[in-house]
Amino acid sequence: MSKAILGLVAGAALASFASGALAQNFDDPKEFQAAKDLLAMTPEGPAGKPWEQHLGGKEVDTSKYKKPGPYRICFSNAGVDNPWRVVGWTTMQAQVEVLKNDIKSFTVADAQGKDDKQISDINAFVSSGNCDALIVSPNTTAALTPAIEAACQKLPVVVFDRGVLTDCPVTFVNPIGGYGWGIQTANFIVSKLPKGGKVLALRILPGVDVLETRWSAANRIFKENGVNVVGAEFTGGDNAKTKAIVDDYINRFGAIDAVWMDAGATAVAALEAFEDAGKPYPIITGEDQEDFLKKWKEKGLTAMAPTYPTYQWRSPVIAAVRILKGEPVIGPTWKLPQPVIMQADLDKYVDDKMPPLHYALCGCKDLPGYPQAWGGK
Amino acid sequence: MTVAIQGGRERARAVALVRRVNFAVVVFLALYVAVGLLQPNYLEPAGAMNFLRRAAPLAILASGQLFVLISGGFDLSVGSLVTLTVIGGSMLTANDPSKTWSTIAALYAIGLFVGLINGAVVAYLKTPSIIATLGTLLSVNGAAMMWSGGSPRGYLPDNFRMFGRFVFHDVPVIGIFPLAVAVLVAVCALAQWGLHGTVFGRRVLAVGDNPRAAELAGVRVEFVRLGVFVISALSAVTAGVMLGGFGGVSVDVGRGLELQAIAACVVGGVQLLGGRGTVVGAVAGALTLTALFALLTLLGLPQPLKDTAQGFILIAAVAIGAWRRRRAV
Repeated sequence: MSKAILGLVAGAALASFASGALAQNFDDPKEFQAAKDLLAMTPEGPAGKPWEQHLGGKEVDTSKYKKPGPYRICFSNAGVDNPWRVVGWTTMQAQVEVLKNDIKSFTVADAQGKDDKQISDINAFVSSGNCDALIVSPNTTAALTPAIEAACQKLPVVVFDRGVLTDCPVTFVNPIGGYGWGIQTANFIVSKLPKGGKVLALRILPGVDVLETRWSAANRIFKENGVNVVGAEFTGGDNAKTKAIVDDYINRFGAIDAVWMDAGATAVAALEAFEDAGKPYPIITGEDQEDFLKKWKEKGLTAMAPTYPTYQWRSPVIAAVRILKGEPVIGPTWKLPQPVIMQADLDKYVDDKMPPLHYALCGCKDLPGYPQAWGGK
Repeated sequence: MTVAIQGGRERARAVALVRRVNFAVVVFLALYVAVGLLQPNYLEPAGAMNFLRRAAPLAILASGQLFVLISGGFDLSVGSLVTLTVIGGSMLTANDPSKTWSTIAALYAIGLFVGLINGAVVAYLKTPSIIATLGTLLSVNGAAMMWSGGSPRGYLPDNFRMFGRFVFHDVPVIGIFPLAVAVLVAVCALAQWGLHGTVFGRRVLAVGDNPRAAELAGVRVEFVRLGVFVISALSAVTAGVMLGGFGGVSVDVGRGLELQAIAACVVGGVQLLGGRGTVVGAVAGALTLTALFALLTLLGLPQPLKDTAQGFILIAAVAIGAWRRRRAV
């Protein structure tokens, strides 16, 4: 008896240790290689509609979910607590509008960034019986897995953005991800950096998987190429703090040749620190926010913008309707293309009419309500 | 003999003078020298000016918070008011430089309104200020998010941003002179005069020391409480205009600033339950915190270690300050 208990405890300890170890490994050579392979692939699917395209992957049969329409779709959202999610959420609502002939109701629960709220949101949706399909954008990976496993028993589930530790959803829609971001950005800096140039890495905060993998992949490439990374600092996503940190580094090293960022929201603040110090602009990787793209064009920077495209908010709605119609979808993992903006296509994405933190790769220009719904003029 | 006595007196006077110097000034100078040793250009005039520019918003917030703390309250709403100022500034100017001045006036009106609400709730509804201003923090933050839809919707024009960003170049002796430093000096002078040079200031100290006694002595305690919250709110709007100028629009520019402002005051020897504090102390506390942040960045410590060190240094500074005061009595 006591042995059994001991075994149970040991097993539980081992399991929690193992999952902890899994969750903590943000620098996985296998994932790095997988992202590299995905970046080399040509997307399949309708041209000009990256939210319907896919990189590899197979179609799964969904005939068992087939139902007469129109459908009641439910969406459990992790939150709308940052500009990326605001743009994505607006895009998603417009996509629902496009499919209004097939969608009778689209019910949303906002978890406000709390795991426990999202778990009860999902449970409430499942037990209400008012959902034909469930879309989930999980707040965190491990905590939401059991709730999603339970939901899979009752109705078809589509997960997007952050993943879960189960294959039970019909499909998990996401772009290549953090490793891909790190590879794209670091390769750009390596290709432009003068020999012995100094690189400053600016990160938002530690411990978030999508951000950690961006950095681990970039850092791996920097190390392989002997790049001199003089610092990796956390800005907390705050403009004033970013400016102060960059100012300190400019003072300390005299010149910084390149700035690598794990997210672009404070890219303009980083560039302003160079302006205020009277130094030339660095090589910089930002993101597809309009304020950065505008600055890039105005000042003729040596820059690139990686993306974690907000158009991925369109795909789950399309997938849910297809599943309920019994049409095949890509699954259990549907990898979307993850484009970058380079000098050549900059003009296509700069738009003075859109707000500063609008994400250019929203895939929303053809949607109803554009641009006013996204804050444009 | 007389010479020896005189020497002893002078020494006693020197010791008394050292004791009168605010402890935060000593801590700040020590930290700043450490920063300067790591990064010599902080010791040059231009480096010092840049440092002051960076510290200005926190110092302004601290000198507003000072009034509330001395009166025996807390104002937790200032960080969210900074956010509202920056977001409101971008929404109201709508990228049109000609609207800057009317926008700044409107922002001060909003600040006045928030300060009056805080003050009225504390003074007349007798709600503890920590609860009242926590409520305001949430409402003001919510208002900022609703106004912007959760994401910044505009830029701040350059003439709005000049208070936090503009720098006079080629100034004799000091090289550069940021406009933010001029604002800082003006605000400090105003606060110094308000606290130590007016009847209102003496009443704030009296209310913080013993509200009952102040009331019996004929001080209108409610009026004083209303006043300190208005001062704090107006300082938050000023800090918001400067932070928006320095860094541009962002939705979480003010997050956590209320605690930094309170920490700055505490490091500067302000008594948390009221009755004691000086503008010199609050400003020196804000400079100390800014120097501490710079030092930890320059040391290149990893973030978790930085946070830990920051906490320890703050506690140590406050404990040593309290110990010095006990000895001085």
